[in-house]
Parts: sequence; C-alpha cells; structure tokens
Amino acid sequence: MSKPTLQIELRTAPHVHAPRSVENIMLNVVLALLPICFFSVWQYGLSSAVLIFTVTATCLATERFFSSKSGKGNTLGDWSATITGLLLALTLPPSFPLWMGVVAGFASIALGKALFGGLGFNPFNPALIGRAFVQAAFPSTIASFIPAFAQQRFVEFAPSTLTAPMMIPADNAGWIKAAAIDAFTGATPLGRWKFENFTYSAHDFLSGSVTAAAGETSAILILLCGAYLALRKFMDWRIPVAVLGSAALLAWALHLAVPARYPDPAFVLLSGGLMLGAVFMATDMATSPVTPLGVWIYGALIGVLTVVIRYFGGLTEGVMYAILIANAAAPLIEQFTQPRTYGATKKVAEK
Amino acid sequence: MILDFLFKPSFARGIHPPQFKETGRIGIRRMPFAPRLTVPLSQHLGKPARAIVRPGQEVLRGELIAEADGYVSVPAHAPVSGVVEAVELRPTLSGEWQQCVVIRAYEFSTQEVLFGEPVDIDTLDAQQIAQAVQDTGMVGLGGAAFPTHVKFAAPKEYPIEYLLVNGCECEPFLTADHRMMVEWPQQLVAGIRFAMKGCGAKRALIGVEDNKPDAIAAIEKVLPADGSITVHAVRTKYPQGAEPMLIAALLKKELPAGQRPYQIGVVMQNVGTLAELGRLLPKRQGLIERVVTVAGPGISKPGNYLVPIGTPLRFVLEYAGAPHDAVEVILGGPMMGRAIASLDVPVTKAVSGILVFDRSAMQKERGKVHPCIKCGECVNVCPKGLNPSTLGMLAAKREYELMAERYHLDGCFECGCCSYVCPSNIPLVQQFRVAKDIVRERQAA
Repeated sequence: MSKPTLQIELRTAPHVHAPRSVENIMLNVVLALLPICFFSVWQYGLSSAVLIFTVTATCLATERFFSSKSGKGNTLGDWSATITGLLLALTLPPSFPLWMGVVAGFASIALGKALFGGLGFNPFNPALIGRAFVQAAFPSTIASFIPAFAQQRFVEFAPSTLTAPMMIPADNAGWIKAAAIDAFTGATPLGRWKFENFTYSAHDFLSGSVTAAAGETSAILILLCGAYLALRKFMDWRIPVAVLGSAALLAWALHLAVPARYPDPAFVLLSGGLMLGAVFMATDMATSPVTPLGVWIYGALIGVLTVVIRYFGGLTEGVMYAILIANAAAPLIEQFTQPRTYGATKKVAEK
Repeated sequence: MILDFLFKPSFARGIHPPQFKETGRIGIRRMPFAPRLTVPLSQHLGKPARAIVRPGQEVLRGELIAEADGYVSVPAHAPVSGVVEAVELRPTLSGEWQQCVVIRAYEFSTQEVLFGEPVDIDTLDAQQIAQAVQDTGMVGLGGAAFPTHVKFAAPKEYPIEYLLVNGCECEPFLTADHRMMVEWPQQLVAGIRFAMKGCGAKRALIGVEDNKPDAIAAIEKVLPADGSITVHAVRTKYPQGAEPMLIAALLKKELPAGQRPYQIGVVMQNVGTLAELGRLLPKRQGLIERVVTVAGPGISKPGNYLVPIGTPLRFVLEYAGAPHDAVEVILGGPMMGRAIASLDVPVTKAVSGILVFDRSAMQKERGKVHPCIKCGECVNVCPKGLNPSTLGMLAAKREYELMAERYHLDGCFECGCCSYVCPSNIPLVQQFRVAKDIVRERQAA
C-alpha cells in the first residue's frame, strides 16, 4: 500500500466557526446606513451629499493614519471607520460647512477611537464624540438648518457648505428664500416645542418635511434598516426596544400627568435624533454592555435620560448626551449584571 | 405540533452549528485488520493495565493481554489473532510514548471472538456486575474514557436514583452513537438494565436529540413494558450532550458547581458504552473494537466503521479514502475534538470520530483576529452562563486569578461555543485552557 504524504496542521478546538465575522457585521451596518444617506441626499441635495462624503473620507483617512502609526497595519477593512463617518455625517445639519465636517471627522476618530486603542477599546461612541466636539466648537452653526426639498438643491450648494476653512459660515438666508418653502422657521421641532410649545403631528415627521439634521427625518426608513440588521442578527434588537420603550413610557406618563405641558409619546419618539440614536448609535457593540440584563438597563437609561434632558434640561435635544452618559455607565452596569452561572449555589460574595 | 420545539426539554443558550451528519444514514461497516495492531496499555483514565503477554507469544482474538492494575483501571484484550511482536513504548494519540502491546495479525485471522462464561443479569448482584463490567475493559466511549465500573459505584451516602443515558451526540459530523442506537437497540436496553442494576438506579432516561427520530423509534420498539426505561427527544442544540446540560434538560435541575452527578443521585452513561456493554456482557467478551465515525470534507468513503482497537490511524484513513492534501485530522467532534500531529498512532477506546479537513475547508474557517468588539454573542451562547467576553479580556491581561475568583473560570468545560460564534475570531477556549492550567499550577505551588 502506497503511503500518502499528508500535510497536517495542528490547531485547537473548536475546529469550525460560525460565518459571522467583524468585517461581515460592520459591512452590513454600512449597507443598512446607505438608504438613510440616500434619503438625506434626496431631501437636501448636493450639500448633504458632499458633507456625507467629506466626513466619511476624513474618518477613513484619520483611521488609516493612526492605525499605521500604531503598527496595526491597515484597519480600514473592518469597515468600522466607515460606519463612524456615515453616522457622524447623518447627525450634522445638511448645510454644515465642509471644513467643520473635517474637524468633526478627525475628532471622532482621533479623540473617540484611536486615542483609546482603536476598534473595540473605545469607551464612547466615536461618532458622538465627533458630534459633541463640534457642538462645543460651533454651537450656532450646528443649530442652523436649511429646508428639505428646496427647488435648487440639486443645482447649487447651500452657501454655508463651501465656507473657507477657519471662516465664519456664509448666511443661508438668501438661499432659503430662493427655495420658496413656506413657513420655514429654521428651528427644529424640538426647539419649537421647547421655546414655542408648538408640536408637530406624526405625519410631519414621517413625510420628512421637518427641519432637522440629515439623518433625523426618516424614522420609518431607520426602523426598516434597523429591522434588517436585527433580523440578520448584526444588531442587538433589545437595545432599540429598550431605548424607545423606556422613552415612550416616560413620555406617556408625563403626558398623562400634564397634557398641556408635555407632548404625546409619538412626538418624543419621532423627533430629533432618538430613532437614529436608538437604532444605530446605542447599539454600537463596543460601547454597550455584553450582559443580557445589562443591555436592557443600558437601553432604558438612554431612553429615560433623553426625555429628562429634553424636558427638564437646558438643551433642546438630549439623545447625544444620553448615549454618551450611558456609554460611560456601561462597564459599571456590566459589573452588576453578570449572568447567573449554571450550578451556582449561592451568589458569589461581591468584593 | 408546530410549536413543539418550544417545549422540547433543553438547556439555556447554546448554538446550532451545521450538522453534517450524512453518515448517520449509512450502516456500520466492519474495517479489515491492519497488518499490525498496537494496543496501548493506558487507554483510560487511571492506572495503566499490566501486560501479561510477552514477545513471541500467540494470542487469540478476544484473549486477555493485559490485566487491570487496581480499581481505577481496566484490562485490555487482543483485537486480532496473531503473534505479539513487542511490548514496548510507542507513540500514542496524546503525543506521549506509552507502553503498548504490538500484535502482528495472522493473515486470515477470523472475526470470531473468544468468549467466556456468560453473565446472567438475574443471578448477579451489583458488585458482581461492576466486576464483570471491569473485566470487559469498558470505558466511557463518548470520549472521556473514564472506567465505566467506577462510575457505577457511588459512595454509599449518595443513593443513585436516575441513570441518564446520553444519546444526544450533539457534535457535528459524529454519528457513531446514532448508528448504534438504530442498529443495536436490544443490546442498548440490555446494557441499560445491567447498568441500572450495577448502580442501583430505579429509573433510566434516555436523552436523544430530536434530529434522530429513527433512533428514538428503534429504541421505543424494544423498551421494557414496566416503564422503568424511557426515551426522551431533547432539542437539537449544541452542547446538549454535555453532562450538566443533559441533566438540566432531562431532570429540570442543575448540577451544583463543583459537584459530581452522583451527589444529586444521577449516573450518566453514553449510549455507545451501554450498547457495547449489552453486546459484550452476556458473553463476557472484552472490548476489542468500537464504532468510529470517519468523516469530514476530505474523506471519500465516509461512514461508521467497526474498527479493531489498535488499528493505526493511517490504515483507517487510507481505507476510508483520505485525500493527500488533508491539513487537519481531528479525533472526536469538530467542537471539542483534538487535532493530532501524527498518523502513526493507534485508534483507542476513546476515539469516537476521526474527521479530516482538507485545505479548502480549512481556509473558510480561518479569519483575521480582531480585538473584542464586545458584541456579547459569547455571553448569549455560553451554556454555563459565564461571561467569555470579560474572561477573554482578563486572559489577554494575564489576570488569571481574577478569572478564577470572580468569573467562574472553573465552570468552563471547553465546549467551544464562545470561540465558535466570536466574530473577532478570538481563540477564547484556548485562552481559558491556558488560564486554567496556570491557575492549577500556581495553586499547586
């Protein structure tokens, strides 16, 4: 009998692996974000398109720079920087000056991610770090919006988009007037509610006809994209359910108590960045707890904080800080919600 | 009923790897004798057997060639008629060189087996049954290779209530237990009755994963009428066949951490072990061959083979048609099995399966290792309710004591679920193995 020469490799068990990988998960999140980006471009035209492109490109370049400097080689292949870029762009007003977008993109990756050691080590959601940075740096610019569906949106940029670096953004008033949109106030629904006690109907939100950041006007689309991710198990469905559920519950209780002062839960769920935050940001794996019970607590914390900041805080929108605070609390939540071990006879004494 | 699966007995969490159990449809076939068989004297946990043959001596198939050395030890029998060539150190599956009896097979050695005085279940007491079981050289055939008779004899203060018979075979690819249940149900029931008498259990529960309806049907046909033995379909989920998991599924209670099953009145045996006992005990034969699943993407004639103990692995693979570009040979299942370094080692009583992966199958499984992204999937699947994510991060920081003290490192039985699902391809189980070894070493020191 002839002896075949077998080349044997030694590896440790298990010898099989599930098809899910980091690249796979992240790429699917990118795919799920694309429809929302396209919707934003359709609403706001050229300005939105170049903003999304610029911010994402900045994030990628920053990631590339830091990953090679830290000896990790090229980490763009894991797609996580792309997600950060797209998400960050969707939280910014569509007419945001491009140079400020570059600042936001750089801050998000450099301060939010590379500083902590890259993928998996960041305690906070990088996109929100970038957003928080520019909110502190350019508070008035980040609160100025252009109307959706302006006639000339595919023909010319909003003036502020092309502001030269380090310059104060140009005034968009003329452009907005040319758009001939009636009753454009420039304030977001949350702002109008807070300062004018004016609420919008659910229809206004669902049709995308309110003033908001690029990714905050398409609740149904965000839910659909989130459902895709949840069904394919690329996202933990419990987090958005916990966030939206707790926010709705608290808002509903307050609405019942003082109907004249507090709007109904639908307004809370659909306005501002709550939907985008709940589906795409709170679910960021690296910054959410890993324990099953911890995930529910973390989600509920975000929902409650959002409503509290919106109703009782000085800011009009609270999602960003709610998520950042919950991110900070995640390790602690995890500590207290360790799963019960099979066969554990008595609770292990906490030290 | 459509919702049946919701109510099937099972355990919490776990995974559903692809099954690859095509070999379960093919009957058990006999493998011819290799020219030379090498029988290691230590195929079990415990003290090695003591050889009672010397080079040049003729042995008959089934003849005792090594006797048990003490209580936690089992004898060995000649798998083939032939001449003893040597009793010396030879490489074995673990990579270690061990005392082996090398037998040159006679060319036309018969398949007939020498047998002794028949064992009658009704006339023997528990002690005598345990002795008869030890005489067969039986060990746990699921892979643990713990001497079977030792499991029967629980300390007096723990009366045994249940005999759990493990027919889950939850590892992908493996179908040896499945075929034994389908083809030898009478022997299985006979073996169960021996085991019940041996350990004093009044009830026996057979747990079979619901992906083997033919096995369940075959066993149900031959169950005794008194209802002392029952067969239960449990949910097809890995690692259903692990001892603590099957206890949870069948008895709806947990095995307290650090305790052995007999402390809660349970003895668990593998179906293969008991079916073999049912085959061997009545004729007082020794365990000289076992059913081995030979499968994997690289095998051209996959199936279940009745392989004489001591057959060289190379002979088995050549017979079953292994490709020349095979890159990984695994003993046992793909989840917990061990890759081996050499093919010139003999098949032992503990080998339930031999899997061969070729180059193309391997490349698919190998991904880039990323940092932990804390997706929490490992926590969602760990059947013991551990937190592999945190354990893995602690292992990377070499915080082994903390892992043991705060995160129940010793609760891990290395089923591999966490490594299987990890999207970052972190070798979690391997990290835990290393951590356990280091903790053990430091505690000993």
